Amino acid sequence: MRKSSGLVKWLLIGISFLFIFIMLVLPLVTVITEALRQGFGAYKDAIADKYTVKAMLLTLEATLAATAVNTIFGLFAAWLITKFHFRGKKLLGSLIDLPVTVSPIIAGLIFVLTFGRQSPIYPLLESLDIKIVFAVPGIILATVFVTFPFISRELIPVLEAEGTDEEEAAALMGAKGWTIFSKITFPHIKWAFLYGIVLCAARAMGEFGAVSVLSGHLRGKTNTLPLHVEILFNEFKYVPAFAVSSILVMMAVAILIIRSVVEYIGKRESENVH
Amino acid sequence: MKSKNKRIIPGFGLSMGVTLAILSVIVLIPLASLVIFTAQMSLGDIIKTITRDRVLASFEVSFLTALIASLINAVMGVILAWVLVRYDFPLKRLLDGMIELPFALPTAVAGIALTSMTADTGFIGSFFARFGIRIAYTRIGITVALVFIGIPFVVRAVQPVLEKLDPSIEEAAATLGEGRCRTFFRVVFPEIMPAVFTGFGLAFGRCLGEYGSVVFIAGNQPFETEITPLIIMSELQEYDYASATAIALVMLAASFLILFLVNFIQIRNAKILKGGGSGA
Repeated sequence: MRKSSGLVKWLLIGISFLFIFIMLVLPLVTVITEALRQGFGAYKDAIADKYTVKAMLLTLEATLAATAVNTIFGLFAAWLITKFHFRGKKLLGSLIDLPVTVSPIIAGLIFVLTFGRQSPIYPLLESLDIKIVFAVPGIILATVFVTFPFISRELIPVLEAEGTDEEEAAALMGAKGWTIFSKITFPHIKWAFLYGIVLCAARAMGEFGAVSVLSGHLRGKTNTLPLHVEILFNEFKYVPAFAVSSILVMMAVAILIIRSVVEYIGKRESENVH
Repeated sequence: MKSKNKRIIPGFGLSMGVTLAILSVIVLIPLASLVIFTAQMSLGDIIKTITRDRVLASFEVSFLTALIASLINAVMGVILAWVLVRYDFPLKRLLDGMIELPFALPTAVAGIALTSMTADTGFIGSFFARFGIRIAYTRIGITVALVFIGIPFVVRAVQPVLEKLDPSIEEAAATLGEGRCRTFFRVVFPEIMPAVFTGFGLAFGRCLGEYGSVVFIAGNQPFETEITPLIIMSELQEYDYASATAIALVMLAASFLILFLVNFIQIRNAKILKGGGSGA
């Protein structure tokens, strides 16, 4: 009985490692080996290429903008949903979650319908000389959309578990809104908050489908890093394509490490408190 | 109670204002424009668009590959969650951390890496090519990419439920002479079933809409390996917004249906989690 239990255990562990190795580790190894196939020189040339650098800057810009908007939204929405009773709370929750359930291509489509040539507000945008579709604002809007619930979703469960007693007590003693938030609420949510920001930034820098619809694929103008990878790969420039990908792989691995560290510290701290 | 709560904690008006303002710009107005645009189309045109042979074939490709990939992930997800919750072994933390990789890795990068691995000249592809099996540029390739994308969903749904489940119930079943398989399927499986369904549903929904990782590996042959999101993309590139919207509506309906079912199951699942396992 005990012997067969050990057998099943190691068989299942073996299957798990094999599956994760083939599906997750091998693709990462492939990116690195393909990127270095023609040596370090070719790798460095591909990364230092002026279009790669421009794509990197645009990705950075879109990621920062999306994370900033979603941080502000996440804090206010989480405060609203967990600290007050009001009608339509459930509907609000569903609307916040909606963007991640929609295909990225459809996300791109609805922004094209809203701001594109056939939209009723297009003449207005044109007279103000604002370009959204096939321009940087469109890329940023699409990125905000696909990462919309990432921060609020991390904050809401933590705030819900904490309840409202401490904030109510502080308010009754005359504390102002900002004091209550920074002194009482924020210490509870800081790890969840940091984790949400990391998740949001990760998804933002890697978004492909929605950004692909809204970008005009103009090299050096509306090309993000993932779109740049697509162009290079489709032109059979495999070494540059994988070299640019390796930047994104390193960012992804860094995010996974940050995630584990944040989770670990957060867990340890909550154990110390209780 | 309602008004008391509003008055005690400050910031109701401000947070409501900020939340609704951002929600309107990012979600409500774009969604409304989709509704307005749809209202201008005739039902006949919509039906004509979505019943074109090529579109119907793409529904089949997308639906079948997403279904198979999610089934594979359901089985592997239960195994992974079980291994991570119940066993101790070297590199466990690393394995646990790796599960999240598909969320962190940009889909385009995953797409080109998987394509290069499974092409006839690639590491995995050349092995299977000896048996005459092609992976890249076939439906098998699409399924492989979707398995990659869907890995975290079932694992992360089942893990917390298994953690709540008391191993002593299984031990009791085993002492009573139940075999290992029977114990699993009669004692453990009913408890984790809702979580498996939730994870399966979320993975399936994600796979149906997936674009970035699939376009590279699919080969995009009409009728054979052309997925629905790619058809919408090509309609958009030809500025045929009416056709793109009509096809998108079908996909939206499908994903809302899935979401509805998942929510329904999740409400029951939450009861199990709060009740602390089987209530024993």
